[in-house]
Amino acid sequence: MVSPKILRRRIRSVQSTAKITRAMEMIATAKMKKAQDMAIAGRPYSDKIMQIIADLSAQAAAGGAVHPLLVARPVNKIGIVHITSDRGLCGGLNTNLNRLVGNFILDQKVPVTVISVGSKGRDFMRRSMREIRAEFTKLGDRPKMADTMAISQIVIDDYTSGLYDRVYIAYSRFVNLMSQKPVLELLLPVEPAQLPKTVSPEYIFEPNAVHVLGELLPRFVEMQVYHSILESIASEQSARMMAMRNATDNAYDVIAELTLTLNKARQEMITKELLDIVAGVEGLK
Amino acid sequence: MPTMKLEIVTAERQVFSGDVTTIIAEGTEGQMTVLPKHAPLITMLAPGELVIRKDGDEQYMVISGGFMEVMPEKVILLADACERSDEIDLERATAAKQRAEDRLKSITPDIDQSRAEAALRRSIARLHVAEKRRRGPGYRPSV
Repeated sequence: MVSPKILRRRIRSVQSTAKITRAMEMIATAKMKKAQDMAIAGRPYSDKIMQIIADLSAQAAAGGAVHPLLVARPVNKIGIVHITSDRGLCGGLNTNLNRLVGNFILDQKVPVTVISVGSKGRDFMRRSMREIRAEFTKLGDRPKMADTMAISQIVIDDYTSGLYDRVYIAYSRFVNLMSQKPVLELLLPVEPAQLPKTVSPEYIFEPNAVHVLGELLPRFVEMQVYHSILESIASEQSARMMAMRNATDNAYDVIAELTLTLNKARQEMITKELLDIVAGVEGLK
Repeated sequence: MPTMKLEIVTAERQVFSGDVTTIIAEGTEGQMTVLPKHAPLITMLAPGELVIRKDGDEQYMVISGGFMEVMPEKVILLADACERSDEIDLERATAAKQRAEDRLKSITPDIDQSRAEAALRRSIARLHVAEKRRRGPGYRPSV
């Protein structure tokens, strides 16, 4: 039998834990909404840029000129942009992504180098002794395009200089509030989507198609990196929201259980005291 | 007056969406005016001013480079960054111009000259647009 005093203390402590997790859940909800809005706001831009690239690359290829970011080379080395969160307490989000990327790396026959965004992924890669080309942390909850430029710049430069021949980007895709999916996508070389040829009219290009394509492709890569980071943030916040909601619910369950035990203990004590009194009175007779 | 649909989007947000009668933009090959029923065109944009007109009502924006896709009924402008004239912080713009000028004066090997020049062009364009808003429409600064 645990004494009621200790039980009361434990209830209080679980209550304050529940308060904290509830507050964290609410913060995560607000941040998740913002991150989601940001991800959606960028969608028209990325749709459009993808479409122009599809139009252009067909036209530029017809002219015989091919941009380096479009050429698939024999693969001697692979680069991975690994996007995780900086903070924990978000369920299995980072673990799932780390497992996916870890397995992918083990399956490769060629060396792999990692560009890690977010400290959780960086620590994982360090622990498993992977080669880290660059690391970025503390991007915050609402990064601007300019904040992520450095990441895409490194990727584009390294790819052009031949440091790696294929680049993947790994991040947690925001499916909905309940589920986030770890994904690994090809970033470079850029594979233009196959669009039905009939829809695009004959464009005039200024200065010319090759030039425009050369300017568009890096922007497309930048855009993809930026967008993946936004998705990651939305995923992180929604995963944290769910994790904290579960934690709060569990805390309430624990409180209910403890309260029941407390009441039982109290009742038992009263019964015992009553018995004592009755016994005492009987003895006096 | 015939109109066309204009959408200005950046990677971060949609800046403008609506019907306009005239677009004046700074292309890399020079300034151009786009009217409805223009032939399909894709052009690169230089850092500079963007004017959109609707029934005599003018709006100024500043763009730091990008692309414009022109179709007969619709224009889509993909900007690297875009600010409406009422969003420009005059003090910050002036400071940025000063910084860019200083950097160009004290040119050293580790300063990228073309980047500094681009920064200067952007800041001048921004000031230009901000100035117009202050003096009201129709005002042309003597630069």
